[in-house]
Amino acid sequence: MSVNVLNAGLLTTIQDIGRTGSQKFGVLVSGAMDSYSMRVANLLVGNEEREGVFEITLFGTILQFEEDTLIAITGGDLQTTIDGIPVANWRPLIVKKGSILKFGFAIEGCRAYLAIAGGIDIPVVMGSKSTYLVAGIGGFKGRALQQNDHLSFGQLTETNDKVFTLINRLGTPDWAVPYHSFISVASTQTIRIIEGTEYQHFDDASKQRLVREPYVVTPQSNRMGLRLEGQALSLTEKLELLSEGVTFGTIQIPPNGKPIILMADRQTAGGYPKIGQVITADLGSLSQVKPNAKLYFKLITHAEAERELIAKEELIHQIKIGIQQKLQ
Amino acid sequence: MSEQKSLDIKALGDSAIMIKLGEGIHPSVHQQVKNLSFLLDEYPFDGFIESVPAYNSLAVYYSPYLVYQSTQGFQIDGTPLEKVIDYMNKLAIQMSDLPVTEGRLVEIPVLYGGEFGPDLQIVAETHTMSIEEVIEIHTTPEYLVYMIGFAPGFPFLGGLDERIATPRKLTPRTSIPPGSVGIAGKQTGVYPLETPGGWQIIGRTPTELFVPDMSPPSLLQSGDRITFYPITQEEYDEQKKVTTCQ
Repeated sequence: MSVNVLNAGLLTTIQDIGRTGSQKFGVLVSGAMDSYSMRVANLLVGNEEREGVFEITLFGTILQFEEDTLIAITGGDLQTTIDGIPVANWRPLIVKKGSILKFGFAIEGCRAYLAIAGGIDIPVVMGSKSTYLVAGIGGFKGRALQQNDHLSFGQLTETNDKVFTLINRLGTPDWAVPYHSFISVASTQTIRIIEGTEYQHFDDASKQRLVREPYVVTPQSNRMGLRLEGQALSLTEKLELLSEGVTFGTIQIPPNGKPIILMADRQTAGGYPKIGQVITADLGSLSQVKPNAKLYFKLITHAEAERELIAKEELIHQIKIGIQQKLQ
Repeated sequence: MSEQKSLDIKALGDSAIMIKLGEGIHPSVHQQVKNLSFLLDEYPFDGFIESVPAYNSLAVYYSPYLVYQSTQGFQIDGTPLEKVIDYMNKLAIQMSDLPVTEGRLVEIPVLYGGEFGPDLQIVAETHTMSIEEVIEIHTTPEYLVYMIGFAPGFPFLGGLDERIATPRKLTPRTSIPPGSVGIAGKQTGVYPLETPGGWQIIGRTPTELFVPDMSPPSLLQSGDRITFYPITQEEYDEQKKVTTCQ
C-alpha cells in the first residue's frame, strides 16, 4: 500500500502530535499546526489520534494511490477531487487503486490534513513522525515532499480493517464530523488570548491596541511563526530578557513592535517580551488563517482558557465516540 | 530549615508555566534551575510533559486536561494551574536539601585555525595577540552549559575569557559547517548542525554534538561543564574516522 507524489504542492509535510520531551536538547516540537483537525482525521480512519498525517498547505498537492486506500481529509477546504470529482471532507472514504487525489486551492482555511488508514510507514525519530524541516530530521527523509516521492503505508490494524470493510460495502457516508464546533475557518478570525509573561511591561496604549486593532497575517508567515502587520506595540521601558522557554501561541514583540505568534516549528527558547498567549483551544483556528487575512484578539482570563481547553478535549472525546458508533 | 518562600511562577499560556529562579547569568542561579529540573524529573506530576532549563528560569510544559482529570498526586483541589503551582512549590521545599553538584565534565577536542578556523587570525589581530595565545586562553577555562537551544544540541556557554571576546562578523556566513567552534561577543559555542551564522569561527571539533538516533540525542545538557583542548590535523582525521564509523 503506497502513494506516488505527482505534485508536491506548496508545502506538504508529514506531521503528528509533535515531538515532545526533547526541547531541553534544543529539539523543536514541530507537529501539525492544527492538531485538532489532524487528530480527527486519524479517528475517521480508525488510527490512533497521534499518527502521522499529510499536512497540505494552501494548494497544489496531487497524489496517486497504488491500492484501494481508506483515507479522511480534514482541516481547511482545499477543493479536493478524486479523478476530477469533488470529495467531501470530514468523513472516511476510499480512494480506488490508480485514482488521483488532487488538492485545489484553499477556499476555506489554509491547511488540510490527509490521514491514511494504517498510518505512514516512516521511522519514528525521538518519539515522533513529525518533519523537523530545519534540522532535516523525521517525517519523510527529513524534508517536505517532492514530486515522484513514493510513500508506503503501515499495516492495517483490526480497527482500520473494520472501517475499510464498512466503507467499502456502504460507500462514503452521508454524515460528516461537525467541525465548526471546534475549529473556525472564517476569513476574519477573532482569536482569544491571555496575558503573556511580560504583559505588565507594555504601555496602556499598546495593551488597548492589541485587543482593538486588526492585525494582518503577512505572507512571511510560516510553520515557525505568524508575522503580523498592524499597530506597533511598545514597552513602558526597555527590558533586558535572557533567553527562556516559549510555547505554541506565544505572542512576542521584537524591537519593531510588530507581533510574531510562535507556531509549531518555533525555536525552543526566545528572548523577546511576550505580551500575550493564544489559548490552546484557538490554535487550530489560528493555524487555518491564510496570509493577508485579518485577525482580532480578545483577552480572556487564564481560568476561562483552561475551561475552553477542557471543553475542547471533551468534545474531541465525544467525536471519537460518535465516530466509533457510526462505524460499528 | 527556614520557612520556604513561594516560587516566582507565571503562567506561560494555558499549558505551561515559567518559573524564575534568580536574576542574571550566574552559576549559583543556574544551580537552582538545575536542582528544580532534577527534582521534577525525579517526581513528575500527572500530566507533566517536559521542562526546559534556561539561564535563570525553568519552563514546565504540561497537559491541563490530564491535570484536571488527575485524582491523585495533587494536594489541593482547584484549576489545573493552581494544582501545578501548588505541586511545584511543595517540590521546591526539597531544593535546599540537594547538595551542590558539579555537572559532568565533557572534554571537546578542537583543531584550531587553518581552513577549519578561518577567523582565528582575526580574533588574534583584534586583541593584538598571537594565535597561540588565543588558543591558550580559549582552552584554559571550564565553561558551564547554561542551556541548549537555538539549534538542536547547541550549547549556550558561560565562562569565556573577556580578553578574547570578539564581535560577530558584520556579514554572517550563509553556511557554517557542523562542529565549528566560534566566538560571538562574550559567548563561545559549537555549531552541532550546518547553519548560517555570524560567529567568528576559530576551529572545528570532530566530536558530534547532536545525533538524532542517540539517546539522549544531544552530547551536552544544561548543567554540564566543558573544556576545549587543541588537537592536530592527524588527530582530527583519526577521531573523525572513528565517529563516522560508529
